[in-house]
Order: sequence, then C-alpha cells, then structure tokens
Amino acid sequence: MSANVNTSLPLEYQTEQSRMNILGFWIFLGAEIVLFATLFSVYGVLYKNYAGGPTHQDIFMMKEVMIQTVLLLTSSFTMGVAIWEMRRNNKKGLIGWFILTLLLGAGFLFMEINEFIHYIHEGATMQTSAFLSSLFVLLGTHGAHVTFGIFWATMVIIQIAKRGLTPVTARKTFIIGLYWHFLDVVWIFIFTFVYLKGMVL
Amino acid sequence: MEVTIVGIKWDEILITGDPIILGSQIAILLTSLGIIGGLTYLKKWKWLWREWITTVDHKRIGIMYIVAAVLMFFRGGMDGLMMKAQTARPEMSILDSQHYNEVFTAHGVIMILFMAMPFLIGLMNVVIPLQIGARDVAFPQLNALSFWLFFSGAMLFNIAFVVGGAPDAGWTSYFPLAGKEFSPGIGNNYYAISLQIAGLGTLMTGINFIVTILKMRTKGMTLMRMPMFTWTTLITSVIIVAAFPIFTVALALMTFDRLYGTHFFTVAAGGSDMLWANLFWLWGHPEVYIVILPAFGMFSEIISTFSRKQLYGYKSMVVSIVAIAVLSMLVWVHHFYTMGSGALVNSFFSITTMMIAVPTGVKMFNWLFTMRKGRIKMTTAMLWSLAFVPNFVIGGVTGVMLAMGAADYQYHNTLFLVAHFHYVLIPGVVFAVFAGLYYWWPKMFGFMLNEKLGKWHFWLFVIGFNVTFMPMFFLGLNGAVRRAYTYSAESGFAPLFMLSAVGSVILAAGFAVFCYNIYWSIRYADRNISSDPWDARTLEWATSSPVQHYNFAKLPEVKSLDAFWYMKKNNEGITLKDEEIEEIHMPSNSGLPFLMCVAFGIVGFFLIFEWHLLAAVSTVLIIAGLIYRSFDYNDGYHIHKDEIRKTESTWKKMEGKVNNHVS
Amino acid sequence: MEKSTERFPLTHVFGFVLSLVLTFVAAWVALEMNLSFTIVMWIIGTLAVIQAGLQLFMFMHMTEGEDGKVNIINIAFMVFCAVVIVVGSIWVLTSGHAAH
Repeated sequence: MSANVNTSLPLEYQTEQSRMNILGFWIFLGAEIVLFATLFSVYGVLYKNYAGGPTHQDIFMMKEVMIQTVLLLTSSFTMGVAIWEMRRNNKKGLIGWFILTLLLGAGFLFMEINEFIHYIHEGATMQTSAFLSSLFVLLGTHGAHVTFGIFWATMVIIQIAKRGLTPVTARKTFIIGLYWHFLDVVWIFIFTFVYLKGMVL
Repeated sequence: MEVTIVGIKWDEILITGDPIILGSQIAILLTSLGIIGGLTYLKKWKWLWREWITTVDHKRIGIMYIVAAVLMFFRGGMDGLMMKAQTARPEMSILDSQHYNEVFTAHGVIMILFMAMPFLIGLMNVVIPLQIGARDVAFPQLNALSFWLFFSGAMLFNIAFVVGGAPDAGWTSYFPLAGKEFSPGIGNNYYAISLQIAGLGTLMTGINFIVTILKMRTKGMTLMRMPMFTWTTLITSVIIVAAFPIFTVALALMTFDRLYGTHFFTVAAGGSDMLWANLFWLWGHPEVYIVILPAFGMFSEIISTFSRKQLYGYKSMVVSIVAIAVLSMLVWVHHFYTMGSGALVNSFFSITTMMIAVPTGVKMFNWLFTMRKGRIKMTTAMLWSLAFVPNFVIGGVTGVMLAMGAADYQYHNTLFLVAHFHYVLIPGVVFAVFAGLYYWWPKMFGFMLNEKLGKWHFWLFVIGFNVTFMPMFFLGLNGAVRRAYTYSAESGFAPLFMLSAVGSVILAAGFAVFCYNIYWSIRYADRNISSDPWDARTLEWATSSPVQHYNFAKLPEVKSLDAFWYMKKNNEGITLKDEEIEEIHMPSNSGLPFLMCVAFGIVGFFLIFEWHLLAAVSTVLIIAGLIYRSFDYNDGYHIHKDEIRKTESTWKKMEGKVNNHVS
Repeated sequence: MEKSTERFPLTHVFGFVLSLVLTFVAAWVALEMNLSFTIVMWIIGTLAVIQAGLQLFMFMHMTEGEDGKVNIINIAFMVFCAVVIVVGSIWVLTSGHAAH
C-alpha cells in the first residue's frame, strides 16, 4: 500500500496512502460541517428561550470576543505559514510557526474559559435555560475541538522533531493544518450567528 | 470523590424479580461460561486473538460483523416473538406494560442498528474491496476500530435488560418521555451512550468506504464500470457521513439533558421536546436509505447474475441512487406530520416524500427488465430477490399512502404504519442480507449453504412474514395503535392479532431452518466447489474461495462493466504468469482496536450509571489509545513471492476437477 | 499544489488581512450601524460565507491535488445538508402550530 510514490508532489502528497488519508480527512471535515450545522440548528431553534434567565446582551462581552476572534484568525494564518514553510522543506520554520499557532490557540482557549467563568458568575449556567444550554454546548464543542487540536498537534510536533520531515510526518502536519483552518471557519459562523446576532437582537 | 464511589447502589445493578429476566441472566451466564470453557478446552484463545480479534483483514472483519448481526437477529427476533405472544389474545399477561415497553424498544434498536446495519456493513466489508479489485480497504485498522466500536455499543445495549434496567421509550426515544423527568432510571442512558459508541464506528465505516471506492479501484475500473453494489455502497457511505453526525449531536444533547440537567428537550426552561423528534428523523430518515441502498445493490448483483444478463438501465440506476441520496435529506418531517407544523410545511414534505418514490420505481422496473428474456436460475439467492419485488412494492405503496400529510393523521402511530415499515425493511433489508449471504457464502467460506434447506428457509420466512404483517395493515386501519401492550376483547382485534402471532411462529421457524442450514453446511457441505460457483459477473469471483488474505495475486484489469464476465468470455487476465507475481504489501494486525472497544465500553458503562468521576478517570484509557496510535509507525509487511506462488497454484490447480453447482 | 518556491507567503498574508477586514466590517455593521435586524443579518451572513470561502480556498487549498473535484463535491453536498438542517429545523419548528 505504500506503492505508487510520486516524488514530484509536495511531501505530504507523495504516497498513495497519504493521498488517501488527506481525502479521508476532507470527508471527515464534511461530517464535521454537518455536526456543527446540527448544533447551529439547535441554537437557532432555542436561542430566544431565555426562560426568565439572562439574555444575550446580559452576558456577552464583545471586547473579549473580538480578541478571541483575532487570536483564532491569526492562528489560522500562522498555521497556513507553517504549512507553507513545510512545503519549502524548512523544518525549523515549520516548527516555529506551528508552536506559535498552538500558543495562539491556547490563548483563545484561556479567554474562552474565562468567558465561561464570567457567565457562570452572572448566573448563566448550562442548566439555566434552553438558550444557555445550546450556547454552552455550541461554544463548548468548538472549544473542545480546539483543545483536542492542541494536544494532537503537540504529538505531531514531537514526531517532526524526532523523525524530521518525512512523507508521514508531513501528511500528519498537513492534516492537522486542515483541521485548524476548519475550526476557524466554524468560529467565523459562531462569531457571526451567535455573538453579533445576539447583540443586534 | 468518596460520594461518587459510595453513591454506587450495588443492589440496583442487577435487575431482579422477573422470571423471564432471571432466565435470561442464567442463560447469559451459562453461555458465557460455555464459550470461555470451550475456548480454553480447545486451546483456541491464541487463535482467536491472532486470527480474529486483532485482524485488520476486511473479509474477517466482515465475517465478524455478520456473526454479530445473526446473533442480534436472534435477540431482536426473540423480542418480536415476545410481543407477538403478548398480543396474541386480548388481556394477556405474559408481559406487563413496562416490560412490553422495554421489549419493543430493544426490538427496534437492535433490529435497525445492531442487526440490519452490521449485516449490510459486514457484506460490504467482504465484497467491496474484492469487487473493485483492491487488496483491502483504505484504512484497515480504522476498519477494525469501526467493528469494535459497533461491538462495544451493541454489547452495552444488550446487557441493559439484566444490568441496571432497559431503555423503555421506544427506538425513537421521544422526549419528554425519554427525559429524566419521566424516565428517571438509567435505562435510557443505555440508549444514549451505547448508540453513540456504535454510531462513531459507523461514521468511520462511511469515511473508509468512500475513500476505498474512490481511490482503490483497480486499473480500468472507471466510476461507470463499477458493479451496482459498489455504487450503492459509495452512496450509502456518503449518506452515513451526512447523517450520522446529526445523530451524534442528538444523542450527546440527550446525554447532557439526562446526565447534566441541560434543557434541550425538556418541557421546562424553554426546551423543545419536538426538537428531539426533528433531529432524530433528520438522521433517522437518511438512515432508512442507509440500510436500503446497499440492499438494492445486492439485489442488482444477484438478479443480474441469475438472469444471465447485464443489469438493465445501469445509468438510470446510478442516477436514481444519487437522487435518492439527495432526496433522503429532505423528507424527515413526514415522521411527525401530526406535530402540526402547518399546511405549508406538511405539504412540502408530502411532495418530497412522494418524489422519492420515483427513483425507487425506476429501480423496480430496471430489475424487472433485467429479468425479462433472461435465463433465470431459481437459486435461493434469486428466490429472495424475486420475493423482494412484490413485497417491497406493498411497503412502498403503503408508504405513499402515509406520505400524504392529511391522510397521515388517520394512520399515524397505528399498526398500519408498523406493517408498512416492516414491509419495507424486511423485504428490503432482511431478504437482501439473506440473498447476499446465500450468494456470497461460498466466497467467504469455500462451500455453499444447502440450497434445499435454503428453499425451506425461504418459503417459511416469506409466508410467515406475510401472515405476520399483512393483518397488521387491517388492524391499523381499524384503529389498533402501535406500542400498546394489550387490547380488550370488545375491540374485535383478537382474530387478526392471533393470525399475526401464528405468522410470527412460521417466521421464526424459517429463521430456525436458516440456523440449521448454517450448521448442516458447515458439517456436510461439499468443499470441492469452484471459486465461481454461480457463473457470476463481477471481480470478487475472479479469485479463490475462501479468498486468500491478499485477495488478488495480480490486481485485475477492467475493460468493461461486469468485468469478470468479460474476462471469462474473452479469456483475458484469468491465468497468472509466474513473472507477474510480485511481493505484496499488507497491513499488520493490531490489538489496539479491540482495546479501544474495551476502553469505550468501560467509559460508556460508567457514564450510563452516572458514575461521573470513574467515567472521567477511565477516559484516560481512550486518550492513551489515541496517543499510542499517533506514535505507531508500523508500516505493515510484505508477502514473499514463494508464498504467493504456492497459494495461487493450490487453488488454480483445483479448478479443473471441481463440482460446479449452477452453471 | 506546488512545492513553495517564493520567499514570502504572499497569499497567506493577503488572506489574513482580508479575513481581519471582513471580521471588523461585520462587527462594525452589527454593533455600530443602526440597520434593521434583517438587513444586518444578511450583510454579516454574507460576509461570514465569504470569509469561510476564503479559508477553504486560500488556506486549505480545497481544490488542489488529484482529488480536488471530489473535495468540492463533498464540501458542496455537506454544505447543502448543513443548510437543510439549519434552515429546515428552524422552519419546521417555528412555523404553524409548532410555534406555540
């Protein structure tokens, strides 16, 4: 199954198995689109059911949300640069940008956790109302993906450091790059249809 | 911490006080002891671990799926028989209402998710890589993980009724009934958690088969030269990827509602109970097509083979499968017209539902035209396919009746509906898996199932099926509702219910003959048969039976539709020259998928019992498995030329003097 | 899909700047301008879709490689499903009698 090697392609596309993994991951991302769409649909149905609890305007902190957004957008950019460095076969550059990406991701997570703590202090918990249940689960699922991504990427960085840039490590890096950009796509919709929409209600 | 551990109520873990359940507990214990004892006595543990549990071979994984599915068929069938016994006469008291609720819930979930799905996925596993001329699926170890996650979920669900209490809110588990408020026990946690685990496995299968079919087809096999079963598997996999995440979310939200007090589907605090129904059917309707499309593919293969003709209208078949895939996402509301969403919504979904009958009708005519002027061989597999056509049409036509939103208010939640979906699912799926099993059995094991017993199986099953479910149409029209554990003598339902119960016994007798057939064939069937006993048309028959683990010594080259038929007619590519033999790269076995099954099972079990701390701690097991996998660089192994030469010459030499059964 | 030869990741920087601009324009339209709810939602919804496309094409290179077509069909179908799920659920559960 490692046959059919094409060295004229970028490292991550060289083996047939790598090409299959990348395609498989794209299809998995398709499933993720549906997964998040379902969470958005739940939020879209329940978002005004405050049940006497806090409303959007009561709890949202737009300044912090803007910072979170910029952090995640920047991390998507640095991830792109990391892959770009990988295609220049620059291992050091790749690892540097990769780590920067994860730091930005960690910053995003830190702010999101603070945001959750703030909500809970405001008396807005997952159990308060249907609106808050759907909000917490939508944001939490995205946050859990970011968390998972950070751990996963750490594994991959260790492998790059140990093994260098091989068709396998390059493929793994490329795939986590796709994952990271995808999380940014999801965040754009959260930013738009949860935060901004909540503020203009 | 202590609170959680002390919080375990040990006396509530095992269900006590019901003689039927006590009997089951004893039976389960004895069977388990018997299996463990037998394996130890025969010194088969190592063999089991090395050859089956750690295998990544798609054929063996397929066989394990099928074995599990047959066992689940037995379990779900017993549940069905218990329901039929309870309703055979008015005011019966074999089961009380609570137990009846648990039984129909188990019956529905098991038959759809743990019988139909694995049976089809099992046959897909065995056949698809062979049909496209590949050596395995795209991700063999992921494939094993898929199976073991399914197995983990299935086992969790199956122990529910003896450990902790069975789910009792129906296979649809509608809220608010399924919520904590009205179902405070842990029974419905079993539903939420075990289906979640099994569903993850299914999603991975979907991704795996899409990539396999798109990337691993042998030379010359363009998309429009793929066998129909491969096509339907591809499209089914697409629907799996599109639909299963919805179920994942729905079950997760159910879990949150039940375990952590959120308000997605509750009546209080702004939750929406119908949101559950909406999400469930957003997944549930595509799920119907997930189980029916591969079945359509199998019928296509079988009808074409035994009519000795190319499939009629191949292109229109492909177009209609794709159309079904798209439409399947657009019909879900027809399951709850009576929610009262208004005329516009119900009309819209009435129209889309009726539209989906069109591509299905196209397929029906294609099968009929394939048979027209064919030289039809009445094998057991073909009989199932023939019986499928009229029986499925009854299911389809009553489906169009139900599709009409206004009329549905009459049929909704009556036995008419129950009869309808059994007429769709049994001819559509069960007939198909039986047909597929008789057809591909020699490919899997190198001997055939007995055709005479097969015909007994067929006639008993088909007659029993019709006697069981035809009366339910009329009961439903007369007003008998589904999921009611009894009825009064004054209702006048008794004769038809009795007839239906008698039918279910005939049905069960058919299944018993099937089991006996497997036993008989394993012991006595002729081993000296051709690798192509049906004189078939597709590539899986171009290699030996049972298939050697590397599938093909030389990957075949495809020049037309029905590739193997073409090869046979033109005598091309059938012989293997010595210089064509090359080393073959194969993936290594791995114990990780099985260990992940155990890990998921443990975490799932703790979550079901709401032992949160234990669940959180044992999640480490899953994480450890993922980390191990990330650092695993095992690249497989190569099979030497000598071994291939030896294997190939053994079966190719035999070809001369075998008993060809059908050609 | 090429091995990078240029010395500066120009498309990435361009995409990054564009995504920031789109984000801030959306925030500005929603938070600072006094437009009606519907108009705001159409504008920021469109901006979100553009930005998602930007990520998919400029950062994720969705169309590259031998499976570019498959990727497009895959993502298009899943986006279709996503729209059906979101719009359909909201429509079904908030219209007619279901609204009450």
